[in-house]
Amino acid sequence: MLQVDKLTKTYPTGQKALDACSLKVEKSQVVAVIGPSGAGKSSFIRCINRLVEPTEGQIWLDGSEVTALAPDQMAKMRRHMGMIFQEYNLVERLTVMENVLSGRLGFVSFWQAFLRKFPQADIDRAFDLLERVGLAGYENNRADALSGGQRQRVGIARALIQEPKILLVDEPTSSLDPKTARTIMGLIAELARERGLPALINIHDVGLALMFAERVVGLSEGRIVFDGAPDEVDEQILTRIFGEADWRQTIRHAAEDAEALERRRAAAPDGGDGAEPAWQSGAAR
Amino acid sequence: MTGDPSMADGIYTPTGRRIWRRRSRPETLRRFGLWLIGVMIVVWAITGLNVHWPFVLDAPQQVADLAGRMMPPAWSFTGEIVAPMIETINIATLGTILACVLSIPVALLAAQNTTLNRTTLWIARVIVVTSRSINELVWAIIFAAIFGPGPLAGVIAIGIRSIGFTAKLIAEGIEEIDRGQVEAIAATGASRAKVIAYGILPQIMPTIVGVVTFRWDINIRQSSVIGLVGAGGIGITLNSAMNLFNWPQVTIILIAIFIVVMASEWVSNLLRKQFT
Repeated sequence: MLQVDKLTKTYPTGQKALDACSLKVEKSQVVAVIGPSGAGKSSFIRCINRLVEPTEGQIWLDGSEVTALAPDQMAKMRRHMGMIFQEYNLVERLTVMENVLSGRLGFVSFWQAFLRKFPQADIDRAFDLLERVGLAGYENNRADALSGGQRQRVGIARALIQEPKILLVDEPTSSLDPKTARTIMGLIAELARERGLPALINIHDVGLALMFAERVVGLSEGRIVFDGAPDEVDEQILTRIFGEADWRQTIRHAAEDAEALERRRAAAPDGGDGAEPAWQSGAAR
Repeated sequence: MTGDPSMADGIYTPTGRRIWRRRSRPETLRRFGLWLIGVMIVVWAITGLNVHWPFVLDAPQQVADLAGRMMPPAWSFTGEIVAPMIETINIATLGTILACVLSIPVALLAAQNTTLNRTTLWIARVIVVTSRSINELVWAIIFAAIFGPGPLAGVIAIGIRSIGFTAKLIAEGIEEIDRGQVEAIAATGASRAKVIAYGILPQIMPTIVGVVTFRWDINIRQSSVIGLVGAGGIGITLNSAMNLFNWPQVTIILIAIFIVVMASEWVSNLLRKQFT
């Protein structure tokens, strides 16, 4: 599915953000990319859809070489990559519906987009997604009237309406309070699994990463220093990624949380929804 | 500090107390010199005016005399200035719409973050500077020569004159937008035009509305004078009244312009509050 070969990014300032990073995602899985601030997580994810231009290396998605595409072909390729941002990056002065539909911009003509005449199929999908992320009834609210958690739900819907082949998620929870952060992270992981989408999630919160991801990649100073399952992550590995600190609490809490989540998931009859009672009751008005 | 070594230790009074001065002596001298040059320039400029002093001393009588001739206003003339006044407002409004339409592409090219390359940035800036540095009366004379005297020349003169102002302020608005929103729209695979329509336009809409209504208000004032050079509107009526020394008519025209300008300022304030 996604293959990254010796990706290197050097900024014009001479700062080397990524140094020969290679990564293969061969099936639908939630991959958490952890690492300290400045480790290159954001550059890594932005190189994949070339919001940041890679300096060296190759990126392949479903057999086509992303790094070899001309600008207009790259725009077409980006339609297959859904992205979710730390600051949500919604168009603040547009409505929730316009923001969700903006995920279809690559598929409609300019005038369709400009006059807001999206195909009915897109509109149906937008309503379904809004309901799925817990924002049914919010379609005509302006984005700047929403709370942080609600904005990120819109961000998720905008990425998913693209029907992407991969989700690129950049620190989805850093601007949220701890409880909302957990809910949003759970929602993203669950939707990715539900749709069989591989998701690359940058996250500096180790607890959340270990709780929701099936695979953890550790970045430190532009290099991949760890790639494995969440239960392989121990004190030594966290020290390798982040540096010296007392990691025992973090690991113990994450393990407990993951277990609790698993129990609730098993208890829920249709599987999965048990983890999110908070947003389903809280977001519907 | 100067190079004078005694300054390093400071200056002391005979009783041994340290003196503080804001500026050293050479600095004080230099500032005095600059002041002197400034005063000389002003004196030179006033002599250059060739003022005929008897006329200046005579001014109060002249004001009284003119005021006497302007009063009472020719109220009966009111009916005849309604049509030219409406034409003035129309010239201002159409000119502003023209400016608005033309200035959005110019603004996109004049903003550092949306321009295509150095050349387009440079072209847009030349357009902005040209439009702003030529007075509306000069533009009106030029377009009256091209399209013939009349309101069309006025509309185009007002429009061209306004582009610089509106494009510059809108470009400044574009330079201040949140890049994240633009990045998110680009990440969906949208083309450049769609990124502008979804990522940039909504962000600068308040700026556009504010700048354009403000400019409309300015244009009402400008379109009432361009008639002096034959480009339509109330200015033509004003010009002929003055040529005929019909001062009571001049008074009523000035009152009408005053009322319309006040009203337009009120309307533009209202619109700006409404849209931001």
